[in-house]
Amino acid sequence: MTPAEKAKAPPAKVPRDGPDLTGPELEARLQRTWARPRGLIGWLSSVDHKEIGVRYIVTALIFFAMAGLLALHMRLQLARPESNLMTPELYNETFTMHGSTMMFLFAVPVMQGMQIYLTPLMVGTRNIAFPRLTAFSYWMYLSGGLMLWIAHVLNVSPDNGWFSYMPLAGPQYSPGERANIWAQMITFTEVAGLAVAVTLTTTILKQRAPGMTLARMPIFAWSTLVTSVMVIFALPAIALVSGMLISDHSVGTQFFNPAENGDALLWQHLFWFFGHPEVYIIFLPATGFVSEIVTTFSRRSIFGYSVVVMSLVGTGILAFGLWVHHMFATGLPCVGYSFFTAASMSVAIPTGLQLFCWIATMWEGRPRLTVPMLYVIGFVITFVIGGLSGVIIAAVPLDLQLTDTYFIVAHLHYVLIGGAVFPLLGAITYWFPKVSGRMMSERMGKISFWTIFLGFQLAFFPMHISGLMGMPRRVFTYPAGMGLELPNMLSTIGAFVVGAAVLLFVINVLNSLFRGAPAGPNPWDAPSLEWAASSPPGPYNFAHIPVVESRTPLWDGEDSLRVVHGLRVDEPELLLTTVISATPDLREPGVAPSLWPFLSTIAVAVAFVCSIFSPWALAFGAVPVGIALTAWFWPKTPSGDGDPVIV
Amino acid sequence: MKPSRFTAIVVAGIAISSCGGIQTALGGQAVQSSDFVTLFTVFMVVCTIMYFVIVGATIWAVLRRRRGSEACTVETGKHKVSTSASRTALVAWTTLIAVGLSALAVASFFTDRSLAAAARNPKLAITVTANQWWWDVQYTPDEPSHIIRTANELHLPVGVPAEITLKSNDVIHSFWIPNLAGKQDVIPGRVTDAQILPRHIGQYRGQCAEFCGAEHTNMALDVTVESIADFKKWAAAQLQPAAAPTTPLAAAGFNYVTTRQCSVCHNITGTPANGQLGPDLTHLASRKTIAAGTLPLTTGNLYGWVADPQSQKPGSNMPTMQIAPQDLHAIVAYLETLK
Amino acid sequence: MSLRPVFADNVSELPTSGFSHRSLTWWGVIGFMAIEGTGFALVFATYFFLMSHEQHWAPQPLQPPNPLAGTLFTIVILASEIPNTMIKKAAVKYDLATVRRLLPWMVAIPLLLFVLRGFEFNSLNVNWYDNAYGSVLWALLVLHTTHIGTDWVDTVVLCRLMMTPHGEAPRRFSDIDENSLYWRFVWLAWLPIYLLIYLVPRLFR
Repeated sequence: MTPAEKAKAPPAKVPRDGPDLTGPELEARLQRTWARPRGLIGWLSSVDHKEIGVRYIVTALIFFAMAGLLALHMRLQLARPESNLMTPELYNETFTMHGSTMMFLFAVPVMQGMQIYLTPLMVGTRNIAFPRLTAFSYWMYLSGGLMLWIAHVLNVSPDNGWFSYMPLAGPQYSPGERANIWAQMITFTEVAGLAVAVTLTTTILKQRAPGMTLARMPIFAWSTLVTSVMVIFALPAIALVSGMLISDHSVGTQFFNPAENGDALLWQHLFWFFGHPEVYIIFLPATGFVSEIVTTFSRRSIFGYSVVVMSLVGTGILAFGLWVHHMFATGLPCVGYSFFTAASMSVAIPTGLQLFCWIATMWEGRPRLTVPMLYVIGFVITFVIGGLSGVIIAAVPLDLQLTDTYFIVAHLHYVLIGGAVFPLLGAITYWFPKVSGRMMSERMGKISFWTIFLGFQLAFFPMHISGLMGMPRRVFTYPAGMGLELPNMLSTIGAFVVGAAVLLFVINVLNSLFRGAPAGPNPWDAPSLEWAASSPPGPYNFAHIPVVESRTPLWDGEDSLRVVHGLRVDEPELLLTTVISATPDLREPGVAPSLWPFLSTIAVAVAFVCSIFSPWALAFGAVPVGIALTAWFWPKTPSGDGDPVIV
Repeated sequence: MKPSRFTAIVVAGIAISSCGGIQTALGGQAVQSSDFVTLFTVFMVVCTIMYFVIVGATIWAVLRRRRGSEACTVETGKHKVSTSASRTALVAWTTLIAVGLSALAVASFFTDRSLAAAARNPKLAITVTANQWWWDVQYTPDEPSHIIRTANELHLPVGVPAEITLKSNDVIHSFWIPNLAGKQDVIPGRVTDAQILPRHIGQYRGQCAEFCGAEHTNMALDVTVESIADFKKWAAAQLQPAAAPTTPLAAAGFNYVTTRQCSVCHNITGTPANGQLGPDLTHLASRKTIAAGTLPLTTGNLYGWVADPQSQKPGSNMPTMQIAPQDLHAIVAYLETLK
Repeated sequence: MSLRPVFADNVSELPTSGFSHRSLTWWGVIGFMAIEGTGFALVFATYFFLMSHEQHWAPQPLQPPNPLAGTLFTIVILASEIPNTMIKKAAVKYDLATVRRLLPWMVAIPLLLFVLRGFEFNSLNVNWYDNAYGSVLWALLVLHTTHIGTDWVDTVVLCRLMMTPHGEAPRRFSDIDENSLYWRFVWLAWLPIYLLIYLVPRLFR
């Protein structure tokens, strides 16, 4: 058969799902087809989005705990004035590791991990669009994190802050490898983040269940789409600028050297062009969590769905026009500053609209105060303080006093912990039954919520005061007699309360994994498609691909679900639909487990790490990388019956 | 909400007590910093009201009890229905936040204009050059013979608008005296400037506010705002060359300082020591602190600093040298004469 | 699933591969083009940002790059679009013979381009370590060279693949279609870079 004939060949006569093959018998066969091999090689070869998603989340939470311990160390140092518990060098390394770990190794990866896990289940498909690429991205992320922390243990950790300003981080003022290690960690994590963004965008656009038009997608899927597109346009900036840092160190380029036509502010522009969208990349998925939780526990669909979607899109676009508000003190022209003040204030409007919609949903519905809802309330009470302190510093005259002080430390933690971590903890509690098949303890959940909520306020509210009272950022101590003792001591106590709360949460998770009450597919009686799969879902997610007719599919039909049928059962297969109207379009072969993503990471990681020491590593390293990638993409011998197989 | 009301009271108490600090943004002791306090108050009032509106609405939405078929839930079959009251409230809310933000932006704009007006006719020209980790301060009037050079301190006559030109010799720093004005970054390869119009006499403290390396924490500035008469007296004293040593010990110190390593980095006007790399020491003993605010100026601290600067400020550019005890006595005795 | 399935459409007749927006990998290629395009756009922004500080660009006393090698390069790469388009058209018609005949050209032409590129590096009249102008010029050229390099490796692998029996599978033709699409991105990205390296430094002397 010529290829043209093969393309038009009738479908092979193989077992397919349908009225003749359904129920437990179908599920057993799908289980065999989709499951990966057991053992270490099978674990390293997994391309199941659920496994990869859980790996991302667990790894990110471990980094969160490690960065949290660093924070506790700093708080012990700052509890008293003129303390010498930590040397200035150790303190500088510690705040650098804390910020870099939290931003690059926790915040974005945990959100992407949740997105990787949830997106296929929410849109009604069997896997993400590029499973091996996603597996590769996890190994790359892990490698970058390990490289950074091994450097820390070996006492060569970066020490110029998570933002690594030039020329301080350049070859003249930071000789040695620390700055390069920071920059190369960026390379690993940005490659990972970009790969996941492309995968998620494609999954949402092409693999939605039949009938799930974009206007019927869960809000969390919308937030995933918006943030993934943001990642695509924001992360290249930091990949570029960290590459410039490495090249200044290793081959002597002069990008940031004013003595040779370079400019120190080039760093800040490129970094913050990434850095501002970055914080919305962290925040918008959290608003997606809030929308899902508020919907389920108010017992009604979200009020103002279109408004929420437009707010997400609007925030995503506006986020790219704010970056200069991180540079108000640098002395750029005032006319330019006014634009960025106006833009920074206007970004509060879509966020304010989302807030309204959540509150209106609760108002119109009948809210139940389960642990996830408590985290949502805690989020509103906390995040809004951070948002309003953001409005304050959007004004240039106010920012010129408050920037680079503890007022900003307060602001950023209010928006990141209040605005992202609280919803994340609520989301973990909410989807825990789906992932594990067990419920978390409601009682312990309430205790850890109140502990972290109150501990957070105690830790971070006083920082608004110490900032106003003249305490700059990134200082390892402060003089006695300036009134800074009380706020700092309160912050230290609060930080330890937060640490205890995190420990309680982890204990709840671990305890519930083994002894939690068993959960059925839909313990919360929620409306979205992931609650139609079993808890935990089989490797194939859905026995039959569902058909969707509204935004709340599981709240429409009583105990039945419309499905399509005819997909293969003996080989992994999923359905592609059209972008706008989600009509069935193609049958796409599923991807078999593969070790090549892991092996490729080893090749890439060796090249990247060695290039810290010599640029030639990239030239030589390209060879094993090329070999690994070629082996990855080379297809296996096609099977006899004509339908293709991707391995 | 009880926890936030309690914290509001604590905050107010702390805030009130902080107004008397030497390094606080709430001091308002210059035109620039008092403009900040005014604008900050306006923003705080508006934002606090908005906050309680939002949190209040949330608590009310959660706590109000909707019975039976009133609620628009999946149980009553109305989970896709929304009331027109909510839709109206959405429009009202959008208008409210748009208007509120615009009003705040306008207030900010007026403050910008006020700051620009205060900067229009500076009468005192100062150049501050930031280094890792100290401040080089030069008063640069039109008359070249009246140039004053000092380090880590600033004297300002009250009521006189000053323009401070800012440069960096190495990395990015930030010049910040919160009681008087907002901060201005100091960027190598660029020249920036700050304007200060002080209104209250007093002693204040400035500090570098942009992370600049190992000893960023110890890069402070003593700021004295004084009457015009006192400022002129200070300036006149600064214009004098260094006092000649009067005791044999001080003379021995003079010999050491002006002929050995010290003179490579430090300048003492009227002596052979004219190094330009470190702070000017001509009138060191008239200052309140040494090592950029790290240590108060006392005999003991002078001993400690000269003998072993690396133990006081590790990483600073002044190396620890092996100085014999009798030389140390002489050096400190000489430095204490440099008033 | 605990919910009872109600069977709707039968999807077994749907094809298993498609071109352009129907293909998953097409979206992946679009995503990577967006990423790399953004990267290039940011380097262009860096170029103009650094230029805005200068009175002269190229800064005195440097001479602007010699345009001979770069112009030859541009002519060759634009000419390469002819076989590229022929391959793309053949791919959507599943014309394996034409694809097998023409794809080796897309392996050979970049070799000539690499030679010309080597001469271009030599014609820049500045080193990457001399100053920021040199750094950004070299950055533009190095990034684009990497661009061609990685696409060339892709094309070599694809060419080899098409010569084997794997080449008969319909899916491979969407791979060819997407590879040709990506080559268009490679020379389209080159055009503004050519202007920034060879034209702009001559405008502000």
